[in-house]
Amino acid sequence: MERANDYDDIPGTTVFDAERARRGYHLNMFCMSLIKAENRVKFKADEAAYVQGFPMSPEQRDAVLRRDWNRMIELGGNIYFLAKLFSTDGKSFQYAAAQMTGMSQEAYAQMMLSGGRPVEGNRSRAEWKNRG
Amino acid sequence: MARIYAGLATSHVPAIGAAIDLGKTGEPYWRPVFAGYEFTRHWIAQKPPDVVILVYNDHASAFSLELIPTFALGCAELFHPADEGWGPRPVPVVHGHSELAAHIAQSVILDEFDLTIVNRMDVDHGLTVPLSLAFGQPAEWPCRVIPLAVNVVQYPAPTGRRCYNFGRAIARAVESYPEDLRVMVWGTGGMSHQLQGARAGLINQAFDNHFLDAIGPDPDSLARITHLEYLRESGSEGIELVMWLIMRGALHERVNVLHRFYHVPASNTAVGHLLLDNQV
Repeated sequence: MERANDYDDIPGTTVFDAERARRGYHLNMFCMSLIKAENRVKFKADEAAYVQGFPMSPEQRDAVLRRDWNRMIELGGNIYFLAKLFSTDGKSFQYAAAQMTGMSQEAYAQMMLSGGRPVEGNRSRAEWKNRG
Repeated sequence: MARIYAGLATSHVPAIGAAIDLGKTGEPYWRPVFAGYEFTRHWIAQKPPDVVILVYNDHASAFSLELIPTFALGCAELFHPADEGWGPRPVPVVHGHSELAAHIAQSVILDEFDLTIVNRMDVDHGLTVPLSLAFGQPAEWPCRVIPLAVNVVQYPAPTGRRCYNFGRAIARAVESYPEDLRVMVWGTGGMSHQLQGARAGLINQAFDNHFLDAIGPDPDSLARITHLEYLRESGSEGIELVMWLIMRGALHERVNVLHRFYHVPASNTAVGHLLLDNQV
Protein backbone atom coordinates (compact mmCIF):
# COMPACT_ATOMS: atom_id res chain seq x y z
CA MET A 1 0.00 0.00 0.00
CA GLU A 2 1.33 3.43 -0.93
CA ARG A 3 1.01 6.02 1.77
CA ALA A 4 1.71 9.71 1.44
CA ASN A 5 4.76 10.81 3.37
CA ASP A 6 5.93 14.36 4.00
CA TYR A 7 9.27 13.56 2.39
CA ASP A 8 7.64 12.55 -0.90
CA ASP A 9 7.52 16.27 -1.69
CA ILE A 10 11.32 16.41 -1.99
CA PRO A 11 12.11 16.26 -5.71
CA GLY A 12 14.57 13.79 -7.25
CA THR A 13 14.83 11.93 -3.96
CA THR A 14 13.70 8.47 -2.89
CA VAL A 15 13.73 7.97 0.86
CA PHE A 16 14.62 4.37 1.72
CA ASP A 17 11.83 3.74 4.19
CA ALA A 18 10.45 0.49 5.56
CA GLU A 19 8.06 -0.03 2.64
CA ARG A 20 10.80 0.45 0.03
CA ALA A 21 13.14 -1.77 2.05
CA ARG A 22 10.46 -4.46 1.98
CA ARG A 23 10.04 -4.15 -1.79
CA GLY A 24 13.77 -4.05 -2.44
CA TYR A 25 14.82 -6.73 0.02
CA HIS A 26 16.04 -9.33 -2.49
CA LEU A 27 17.57 -6.75 -4.82
CA ASN A 28 19.58 -5.31 -1.95
CA MET A 29 20.54 -8.74 -0.64
CA PHE A 30 21.80 -9.65 -4.12
CA CYS A 31 23.98 -6.52 -4.01
CA MET A 32 25.10 -7.44 -0.50
CA SER A 33 26.34 -10.82 -1.73
CA LEU A 34 28.96 -8.94 -3.78
CA ILE A 35 30.93 -7.95 -0.69
CA LYS A 36 32.45 -11.42 -0.92
CA ALA A 37 35.32 -11.57 -3.42
CA GLU A 38 34.37 -15.09 -4.59
CA ASN A 39 30.82 -13.92 -5.38
CA ARG A 40 32.17 -11.00 -7.39
CA VAL A 41 34.11 -13.49 -9.49
CA LYS A 42 31.01 -15.65 -10.04
CA PHE A 43 28.87 -12.65 -10.90
CA LYS A 44 31.37 -11.28 -13.42
CA ALA A 45 31.71 -14.69 -15.05
CA ASP A 46 27.97 -14.96 -15.80
CA GLU A 47 25.79 -12.09 -14.60
CA ALA A 48 22.51 -13.41 -15.95
CA ALA A 49 22.99 -16.79 -14.27
CA TYR A 50 24.15 -15.23 -11.01
CA VAL A 51 21.08 -12.99 -10.61
CA GLN A 52 18.84 -16.03 -11.06
CA GLY A 53 20.12 -17.21 -7.71
CA PHE A 54 18.18 -14.44 -5.94
CA PRO A 55 14.38 -14.26 -5.81
CA MET A 56 14.19 -10.79 -7.35
CA SER A 57 11.40 -9.69 -9.67
CA PRO A 58 12.14 -9.84 -13.42
CA GLU A 59 12.12 -6.00 -13.42
CA GLN A 60 14.74 -5.91 -10.69
CA ARG A 61 16.97 -8.42 -12.50
CA ASP A 62 16.62 -6.49 -15.73
CA ALA A 63 17.54 -3.20 -14.05
CA VAL A 64 20.61 -4.85 -12.52
CA LEU A 65 21.81 -6.26 -15.83
CA ARG A 66 21.24 -2.90 -17.55
CA ARG A 67 22.85 -1.00 -14.63
CA ASP A 68 19.82 1.29 -14.57
CA TRP A 69 20.51 2.87 -11.19
CA ASN A 70 17.41 5.06 -11.03
CA ARG A 71 15.21 2.10 -11.90
CA MET A 72 16.89 0.00 -9.21
CA ILE A 73 16.15 2.74 -6.68
CA GLU A 74 12.56 2.90 -7.89
CA LEU A 75 12.32 -0.86 -7.32
CA GLY A 76 13.49 -0.62 -3.73
CA GLY A 77 17.27 -0.46 -4.14
CA ASN A 78 19.30 1.49 -1.62
CA ILE A 79 22.38 3.40 -2.64
CA TYR A 80 24.67 1.75 -0.08
CA PHE A 81 23.69 -1.68 -1.35
CA LEU A 82 23.88 -0.59 -5.00
CA ALA A 83 27.40 0.60 -4.16
CA LYS A 84 28.45 -3.06 -3.93
CA LEU A 85 27.37 -3.47 -7.55
CA PHE A 86 29.09 -0.37 -8.97
CA SER A 87 32.19 -1.15 -6.89
CA THR A 88 32.24 -4.59 -8.49
CA ASP A 89 32.21 -2.73 -11.81
CA GLY A 90 35.17 -0.66 -10.59
CA LYS A 91 33.05 2.50 -10.52
CA SER A 92 32.90 5.25 -7.90
CA PHE A 93 30.05 6.94 -6.03
CA GLN A 94 30.66 9.98 -8.20
CA TYR A 95 30.21 7.88 -11.33
CA ALA A 96 26.94 6.43 -10.04
CA ALA A 97 25.66 9.83 -8.90
CA ALA A 98 26.41 11.34 -12.31
CA GLN A 99 24.53 8.48 -13.98
CA MET A 100 21.48 9.04 -11.80
CA THR A 101 21.37 12.74 -12.58
CA GLY A 102 21.76 12.17 -16.32
CA MET A 103 24.95 14.26 -16.39
CA SER A 104 28.34 13.27 -17.75
CA GLN A 105 30.78 12.42 -15.00
CA GLU A 106 32.90 15.44 -16.02
CA ALA A 107 29.93 17.83 -15.80
CA TYR A 108 28.87 16.33 -12.47
CA ALA A 109 32.41 16.58 -11.05
CA GLN A 110 32.57 20.20 -12.22
CA MET A 111 29.24 20.94 -10.50
CA MET A 112 30.66 19.52 -7.25
CA LEU A 113 33.86 21.59 -7.61
CA SER A 114 31.67 24.66 -8.06
CA GLY A 115 29.97 24.03 -4.72
CA GLY A 116 27.50 21.28 -5.56
CA ARG A 117 23.84 21.40 -6.52
CA PRO A 118 22.34 24.36 -4.68
CA VAL A 119 19.40 23.79 -2.37
CA GLU A 120 17.65 26.86 -3.79
CA GLY A 121 15.16 25.66 -6.36
CA ASN A 122 15.57 22.04 -5.25
CA ARG A 123 13.53 21.89 -2.06
CA SER A 124 10.11 20.84 -3.32
CA ARG A 125 8.32 19.31 -6.24
CA ALA A 126 6.55 22.63 -6.80
CA GLU A 127 9.91 24.31 -7.35
CA TRP A 128 10.86 21.72 -9.97
CA LYS A 129 7.48 22.07 -11.67
CA ASN A 130 7.79 25.84 -11.85
CA ARG A 131 11.17 25.72 -13.49
CA GLY A 132 9.48 24.03 -16.43
CA MET B 1 37.74 7.26 37.06
CA ALA B 2 37.28 7.38 33.30
CA ARG B 3 36.79 10.86 31.92
CA ILE B 4 35.61 12.26 28.60
CA TYR B 5 37.85 15.22 27.86
CA ALA B 6 37.14 16.06 24.24
CA GLY B 7 35.01 15.43 21.18
CA LEU B 8 35.72 15.33 17.49
CA ALA B 9 33.32 15.57 14.58
CA THR B 10 34.17 14.72 11.01
CA SER B 11 32.73 13.57 7.72
CA HIS B 12 33.75 10.06 6.75
CA VAL B 13 33.68 10.16 2.93
CA PRO B 14 34.99 6.87 1.45
CA ALA B 15 36.93 8.72 -1.28
CA ILE B 16 39.02 10.34 1.50
CA GLY B 17 40.07 6.86 2.60
CA ALA B 18 40.89 5.92 -0.98
CA ALA B 19 42.98 9.09 -1.38
CA ILE B 20 44.99 8.15 1.72
CA ASP B 21 45.36 4.50 0.74
CA LEU B 22 46.44 5.35 -2.82
CA GLY B 23 48.92 8.06 -1.77
CA LYS B 24 46.96 10.94 -3.33
CA THR B 25 46.81 13.27 -0.33
CA GLY B 26 49.27 15.72 -1.93
CA GLU B 27 47.23 16.12 -5.11
CA PRO B 28 45.65 19.56 -5.68
CA TYR B 29 42.13 18.14 -5.28
CA TRP B 30 42.88 16.56 -1.91
CA ARG B 31 45.52 18.82 -0.37
CA PRO B 32 43.03 21.35 1.09
CA VAL B 33 40.99 18.53 2.66
CA PHE B 34 43.94 17.05 4.54
CA ALA B 35 45.28 20.49 5.48
CA GLY B 36 42.04 20.97 7.39
CA TYR B 37 42.98 18.14 9.75
CA GLU B 38 46.57 19.16 10.52
CA PHE B 39 45.65 21.04 13.68
CA THR B 40 43.80 18.02 15.02
CA ARG B 41 46.60 15.59 14.15
CA HIS B 42 49.04 17.71 16.19
CA TRP B 43 46.63 18.23 19.04
CA ILE B 44 45.70 14.58 19.37
CA ALA B 45 49.37 13.54 19.31
CA GLN B 46 49.90 15.87 22.30
CA LYS B 47 46.74 14.79 24.12
CA PRO B 48 46.17 11.19 23.08
CA PRO B 49 43.08 9.32 24.17
CA ASP B 50 43.22 5.89 25.77
CA VAL B 51 39.86 5.10 24.23
CA VAL B 52 37.76 6.63 21.45
CA ILE B 53 34.03 5.95 21.42
CA LEU B 54 33.51 6.28 17.68
CA VAL B 55 29.97 7.01 16.54
CA TYR B 56 29.52 6.14 12.88
CA ASN B 57 27.18 4.36 10.56
CA ASP B 58 27.68 1.07 8.84
CA HIS B 59 27.08 1.30 5.08
CA ALA B 60 25.66 -2.15 4.40
CA SER B 61 28.92 -3.80 5.43
CA ALA B 62 28.41 -5.46 8.82
CA PHE B 63 24.64 -5.07 8.72
CA SER B 64 22.65 -6.00 5.64
CA LEU B 65 18.86 -5.79 5.59
CA GLU B 66 18.74 -8.98 7.68
CA LEU B 67 19.35 -7.05 10.88
CA ILE B 68 19.10 -3.29 11.37
CA PRO B 69 19.95 -2.17 14.90
CA THR B 70 19.30 1.51 15.60
CA PHE B 71 22.22 1.70 18.04
CA ALA B 72 24.84 -1.09 18.05
CA LEU B 73 27.77 -1.04 20.46
CA GLY B 74 30.87 -3.01 19.53
CA CYS B 75 31.88 -4.94 22.63
CA ALA B 76 34.53 -7.18 21.04
CA GLU B 77 38.30 -7.17 21.54
CA LEU B 78 38.99 -6.86 17.84
CA PHE B 79 37.28 -5.47 14.74
CA HIS B 80 38.54 -6.11 11.22
CA PRO B 81 38.28 -3.62 8.34
CA ALA B 82 35.34 -4.63 6.14
CA ASP B 83 35.45 -5.62 2.48
CA GLU B 84 32.97 -3.13 1.02
CA GLY B 85 33.14 -4.44 -2.50
CA TRP B 86 36.68 -3.49 -3.49
CA GLY B 87 38.68 -5.33 -0.80
CA PRO B 88 39.26 -4.20 2.80
CA ARG B 89 41.09 -0.90 3.34
CA PRO B 90 44.80 -1.51 4.08
CA VAL B 91 44.52 -0.14 7.62
CA PRO B 92 45.33 -1.72 11.01
CA VAL B 93 42.81 -3.89 12.81
CA VAL B 94 40.84 -2.00 15.43
CA HIS B 95 41.35 -3.00 19.05
CA GLY B 96 38.23 -2.53 21.14
CA HIS B 97 37.91 -1.97 24.86
CA SER B 98 35.56 -4.74 25.81
CA GLU B 99 35.54 -3.96 29.57
CA LEU B 100 34.51 -0.33 29.10
CA ALA B 101 32.10 -1.29 26.31
CA ALA B 102 30.41 -3.88 28.55
CA HIS B 103 30.12 -1.29 31.30
CA ILE B 104 28.60 1.27 28.90
CA ALA B 105 26.10 -1.28 27.58
CA GLN B 106 24.95 -2.19 31.07
CA SER B 107 24.77 1.42 32.19
CA VAL B 108 22.90 2.92 29.24
CA ILE B 109 20.36 0.10 29.01
CA LEU B 110 19.43 0.68 32.66
CA ASP B 111 19.34 4.37 31.71
CA GLU B 112 16.63 3.42 29.15
CA PHE B 113 18.73 3.42 25.96
CA ASP B 114 18.19 -0.11 24.72
CA LEU B 115 21.15 -0.58 22.42
CA THR B 116 22.23 -3.74 20.65
CA ILE B 117 25.40 -5.48 21.84
CA VAL B 118 27.62 -6.67 19.00
CA ASN B 119 30.45 -9.12 19.58
CA ARG B 120 31.36 -9.74 15.96
CA MET B 121 31.41 -6.93 13.46
CA ASP B 122 33.65 -5.74 10.64
CA VAL B 123 34.08 -1.97 10.53
CA ASP B 124 33.82 -0.04 7.29
CA HIS B 125 35.00 3.36 6.02
CA GLY B 126 32.55 5.09 8.34
CA LEU B 127 34.84 4.12 11.22
CA THR B 128 38.25 3.80 9.58
CA VAL B 129 38.31 7.05 7.57
CA PRO B 130 38.03 9.22 10.72
CA LEU B 131 40.86 7.19 12.32
CA SER B 132 43.02 7.77 9.24
CA LEU B 133 42.26 11.50 9.28
CA ALA B 134 43.26 11.87 12.93
CA PHE B 135 46.15 9.41 13.11
CA GLY B 136 47.52 9.07 9.56
CA GLN B 137 48.91 5.70 8.51
CA PRO B 138 50.45 4.05 11.60
CA ALA B 139 51.24 0.34 11.83
CA GLU B 140 48.78 0.13 14.74
CA TRP B 141 46.07 2.60 15.80
CA PRO B 142 47.40 4.41 18.88
CA CYS B 143 44.30 3.86 21.04
CA ARG B 144 41.45 1.50 21.71
CA VAL B 145 38.22 2.15 19.83
CA ILE B 146 34.66 1.32 20.86
CA PRO B 147 32.52 1.35 17.69
CA LEU B 148 29.00 2.70 18.10
CA ALA B 149 27.06 2.10 14.89
CA VAL B 150 23.88 4.10 14.28
CA ASN B 151 21.32 3.15 11.65
CA VAL B 152 21.00 5.93 9.10
CA VAL B 153 20.57 3.65 6.09
CA GLN B 154 16.94 2.59 6.45
CA TYR B 155 14.62 5.46 7.29
CA PRO B 156 14.03 6.56 9.97
CA ALA B 157 17.32 7.18 11.70
CA PRO B 158 16.94 7.96 15.41
CA THR B 159 15.96 11.58 16.00
CA GLY B 160 18.51 14.23 16.77
CA ARG B 161 17.01 14.66 20.23
CA ARG B 162 17.31 10.95 20.93
CA CYS B 163 20.92 10.99 19.82
CA TYR B 164 21.74 14.01 21.95
CA ASN B 165 20.20 12.41 25.03
CA PHE B 166 21.95 9.12 24.27
CA GLY B 167 25.25 10.99 24.28
CA ARG B 168 24.46 12.26 27.76
CA ALA B 169 23.77 8.72 28.92
CA ILE B 170 27.11 7.60 27.48
CA ALA B 171 28.83 10.35 29.47
CA ARG B 172 27.16 9.14 32.67
CA ALA B 173 28.27 5.60 31.87
CA VAL B 174 31.89 6.56 31.19
CA GLU B 175 32.10 8.68 34.31
CA SER B 176 30.99 5.78 36.47
CA TYR B 177 33.78 3.51 35.18
CA PRO B 178 36.41 3.07 37.90
CA GLU B 179 39.61 2.81 35.84
CA ASP B 180 41.48 6.02 34.98
CA LEU B 181 40.97 6.37 31.25
CA ARG B 182 41.12 9.37 28.96
CA VAL B 183 38.18 9.06 26.62
CA MET B 184 37.19 10.95 23.48
CA VAL B 185 33.85 10.69 21.73
CA TRP B 186 33.80 11.16 17.96
CA GLY B 187 30.69 11.87 15.91
CA THR B 188 31.11 11.17 12.21
CA GLY B 189 29.25 11.43 8.91
CA GLY B 190 27.68 14.35 7.07
CA MET B 191 27.76 17.09 6.18
CA SER B 192 25.20 17.89 3.48
CA HIS B 193 25.21 15.36 0.67
CA GLN B 194 22.89 13.36 -1.50
CA LEU B 195 24.14 10.27 -3.30
CA GLN B 196 20.99 9.17 -5.08
CA GLY B 197 18.42 10.23 -7.63
CA ALA B 198 18.10 13.26 -9.86
CA ARG B 199 18.92 15.59 -6.93
CA ALA B 200 22.28 13.88 -6.26
CA GLY B 201 25.10 16.31 -5.57
CA LEU B 202 23.06 18.58 -3.32
CA ILE B 203 25.17 20.71 -1.01
CA ASN B 204 23.81 23.29 1.44
CA GLN B 205 26.66 25.40 2.74
CA ALA B 206 24.40 27.68 4.77
CA PHE B 207 22.87 24.70 6.59
CA ASP B 208 26.28 23.14 7.23
CA ASN B 209 27.86 26.34 8.49
CA HIS B 210 24.97 26.97 10.82
CA PHE B 211 25.34 23.43 12.18
CA LEU B 212 29.09 23.95 12.72
CA ASP B 213 28.45 27.29 14.44
CA ALA B 214 25.65 26.09 16.71
CA ILE B 215 26.77 22.66 17.88
CA GLY B 216 29.19 24.10 20.45
CA PRO B 217 27.09 26.82 22.08
CA ASP B 218 23.55 25.73 21.24
CA PRO B 219 23.20 21.99 20.58
CA ASP B 220 19.65 22.09 21.89
CA SER B 221 18.51 24.05 18.82
CA LEU B 222 20.12 21.44 16.52
CA ALA B 223 18.45 18.61 18.42
CA ARG B 224 15.13 20.08 17.26
CA ILE B 225 15.88 19.66 13.54
CA THR B 226 13.28 17.29 12.11
CA HIS B 227 13.99 14.42 9.73
CA LEU B 228 12.08 16.26 6.99
CA GLU B 229 14.33 19.29 7.42
CA TYR B 230 17.52 17.18 7.24
CA LEU B 231 16.28 15.42 4.10
CA ARG B 232 15.12 18.57 2.37
CA GLU B 233 17.92 20.92 3.42
CA SER B 234 21.00 18.69 3.73
CA GLY B 235 20.23 15.96 1.18
CA SER B 236 19.05 12.42 1.73
CA GLU B 237 22.39 11.40 3.29
CA GLY B 238 22.89 14.60 5.32
CA ILE B 239 20.80 13.06 8.09
CA GLU B 240 24.02 11.36 9.22
CA LEU B 241 24.56 14.59 11.18
CA VAL B 242 22.38 13.20 13.98
CA MET B 243 25.49 11.21 14.93
CA TRP B 244 27.35 14.43 15.73
CA LEU B 245 24.71 15.08 18.39
CA ILE B 246 25.67 11.88 20.24
CA MET B 247 29.21 13.24 20.48
CA ARG B 248 27.95 16.64 21.58
CA GLY B 249 25.64 15.13 24.19
CA ALA B 250 28.59 13.29 25.71
CA LEU B 251 30.43 16.58 26.35
CA HIS B 252 29.79 19.20 28.99
CA GLU B 253 27.18 21.88 28.55
CA ARG B 254 30.00 24.35 27.90
CA VAL B 255 32.72 23.45 25.43
CA ASN B 256 35.63 25.16 23.69
CA VAL B 257 35.77 24.98 19.92
CA LEU B 258 39.46 24.27 19.35
CA HIS B 259 39.29 23.82 15.59
CA ARG B 260 36.72 24.23 12.83
CA PHE B 261 37.06 23.24 9.19
CA TYR B 262 34.68 23.19 6.24
CA HIS B 263 35.37 22.31 2.62
CA VAL B 264 33.39 21.51 -0.52
CA PRO B 265 33.71 19.01 -2.11
CA ALA B 266 35.16 15.63 -1.35
CA SER B 267 33.64 13.51 -4.09
CA ASN B 268 29.87 14.13 -3.53
CA THR B 269 30.06 15.54 -0.04
CA ALA B 270 30.65 18.64 2.04
CA VAL B 271 33.42 17.94 4.55
CA GLY B 272 33.01 19.34 8.05
CA HIS B 273 35.30 18.90 11.01
CA LEU B 274 35.32 20.18 14.58
CA LEU B 275 37.50 19.57 17.61
CA LEU B 276 35.86 20.41 20.93
CA ASP B 277 36.99 20.07 24.51
CA ASN B 278 35.15 20.35 27.77
CA GLN B 279 35.23 23.57 29.75
CA VAL B 280 35.89 22.70 33.37
